[in-house]
Amino acid sequence: MSAVALTPSLPVVARKDRAALWRAYALLAPLVLFLLLTFVGPIGTLLWRAVADGELPQALPATAQALSTWDGVTEPDEKLFKPLVQDLREVSPRDLAALARRLAYENPALRALLSSAKREAASLDGSAASLAALDPRWLDNATWQTFKRAAGPVGSYHLLSAVDLKHDYKEGIVTKDEAGLYRSILARTFGIAAITTLVCVLLAFPLCVFLDRRTPRTRNLLLLMILLPFWTSILVRTTAWMVLLQDGGMVNALLQALGWIDSPVHLLYNRFGVILALVHVMLPFMVFPLLAAMAGCNRLLVQAAYSMGARPLRVFFQVYLPQVLPGLAAGALMVFIVTLGFYITPALLGGPADQMISFYIAQFTTGTLNWGLASALGLVLLVATTLLYLIQAHLARRGAEGVKR
Amino acid sequence: MIRNPNSGRLAWLGNLGLSLSGWLVLAFLLLPILVVLPLSFSDSRYMSLPLGSFTLRWYEEFFASPQWLGALFNSFAIAVASTVLAVVLGGLAALGLRHPAMPGKRLIEVLLIAPMIVPAVIVGVGMYFVFANAGLTRSYTGLILAHTTLAVPFVIVNVGSALGGLNQRLLWAAASMGATPWMTLRKVTLPLISPGLISGGLFAFATSLDEVVVTLFLAGPDQRTLPREMFTTAREALSPVLLSAATIMVVFATLLLLLSRSLSRRS
Repeated sequence: MSAVALTPSLPVVARKDRAALWRAYALLAPLVLFLLLTFVGPIGTLLWRAVADGELPQALPATAQALSTWDGVTEPDEKLFKPLVQDLREVSPRDLAALARRLAYENPALRALLSSAKREAASLDGSAASLAALDPRWLDNATWQTFKRAAGPVGSYHLLSAVDLKHDYKEGIVTKDEAGLYRSILARTFGIAAITTLVCVLLAFPLCVFLDRRTPRTRNLLLLMILLPFWTSILVRTTAWMVLLQDGGMVNALLQALGWIDSPVHLLYNRFGVILALVHVMLPFMVFPLLAAMAGCNRLLVQAAYSMGARPLRVFFQVYLPQVLPGLAAGALMVFIVTLGFYITPALLGGPADQMISFYIAQFTTGTLNWGLASALGLVLLVATTLLYLIQAHLARRGAEGVKR
Repeated sequence: MIRNPNSGRLAWLGNLGLSLSGWLVLAFLLLPILVVLPLSFSDSRYMSLPLGSFTLRWYEEFFASPQWLGALFNSFAIAVASTVLAVVLGGLAALGLRHPAMPGKRLIEVLLIAPMIVPAVIVGVGMYFVFANAGLTRSYTGLILAHTTLAVPFVIVNVGSALGGLNQRLLWAAASMGATPWMTLRKVTLPLISPGLISGGLFAFATSLDEVVVTLFLAGPDQRTLPREMFTTAREALSPVLLSAATIMVVFATLLLLLSRSLSRRS
């Protein structure tokens, strides 16, 4: 499953160089165009939405202008109030509703503040006194900072929110009040992926050594036992675990029959169930590259080390392990990367405290419709995945070179 | 492999432990899937031990329900359509990628493989934004386009490796005897890479059949697929009908696996 060479080993003789090149591009064009529309476009839109902040400039254009010249530190004055009152008189209810929703992400109280100002907009003259009479919060620096953070059309608000930070114009980048919410989700996601990877390594290593020692015929038969789960739908495997792990399920029935437990243990809707099922889903991703690395290992070196009197442990750590390490690392990173983005398995087997970042991205997209935050969290996941994949591809290449040697 | 020629009893113990752990891990991989089968034929509602008596009741319920049957049909229709599209687009592109020194090749390769790497949720959210504007959410077209996008890398990888193993001298021989590039492609290249095309197609089919995350974002009530139906059902309550659906999918997986195995053995 890991990197497969796409370049043929022998070069094509390109007699008619230019014609061959154009033919190659023509063959690639349909798919490249297709992917530009169905893949690059959507990912680009997601990245754009992570930084776009268009509600305020759309609803209050003059105020957005004034906010861009305000430094965010001095007390707000009529240079801001006058355009605001002007804008409020003209804004359409739809744009105002969109803006109210955007501002409520940061401070829900601003929704009411905005709608009361809209109601009284005709009688306001834009002076500090008239706004203060309506609501003293209109004179607060904090209120206007919130406006300035949303003044777009491009801003860092969603991205900073995704890591619990906020740009305060007085103090710089600071931690948000409800600190730790998304950072703990990120930490949980990485934690679950790390444990899953570790367990996969611990299970795959003895299995691969075991398989490596069978005859090719037996090994191929045994590999079928790994390939069948690999080809089976993730949803089938997840529901199978749900059935097995439920309170009255087979695992509990078996443990009770053995007399190991008296009453059913809760195995479902907690971290244990999630990790067990994730390991089950991801184990084949670990087995295939590791088995390939073991098959490519030079056995003569091991024999040589023994013949020179090395102890088994030393042979293992100094001769055997270094040879399979690139394959091991490539497989482990693959498991880690794929696990980071998991959605289905935790959603079905986990409790509320076991959901990973993908769950929140989906939730903000279709549930609460906070597309800015959904996109920002998506961007964080995408960056992490891409960085790790680059390392993985490098390791897989080195592993393949090791095999050739 | 780490065989110490000088040791006796200790190595024997080690081998025993190794075999034991090997078999245990294999059992861990296989048993959860095999367990589903007998439970789907048991008349006990609780899906546990002891097994009840044999019944086809859950399968009757599955095939009597328009919802499940519709989902099965949708899954198949969408998988077939996106497999055809992915094999055609991916096959052409893999042939194009054979050019040894085209400018921008690395970038194109990354683009063609990327849908396999990027987490499904990100692809799903992005498509949700774009397809909604284009009127493609809640439509078969949108789902087929999405599944094709996710399946194309598997075709590229499989056809790419078949092309990599292609004996270049055969192509030279064809050309030296006056075959046009088109004839060479039809008479030499395509027959030789057809195992790669078919196994790429099998992977594409399995990808579409398995896909649920992007489907959750894009599908309307008319485009329920089997995995999606299983997801929504499993979220509410476990029922033995779910296990009959799972068993049907395990049968498909087995067929796909055996097909791909027999292909790889032949080539």
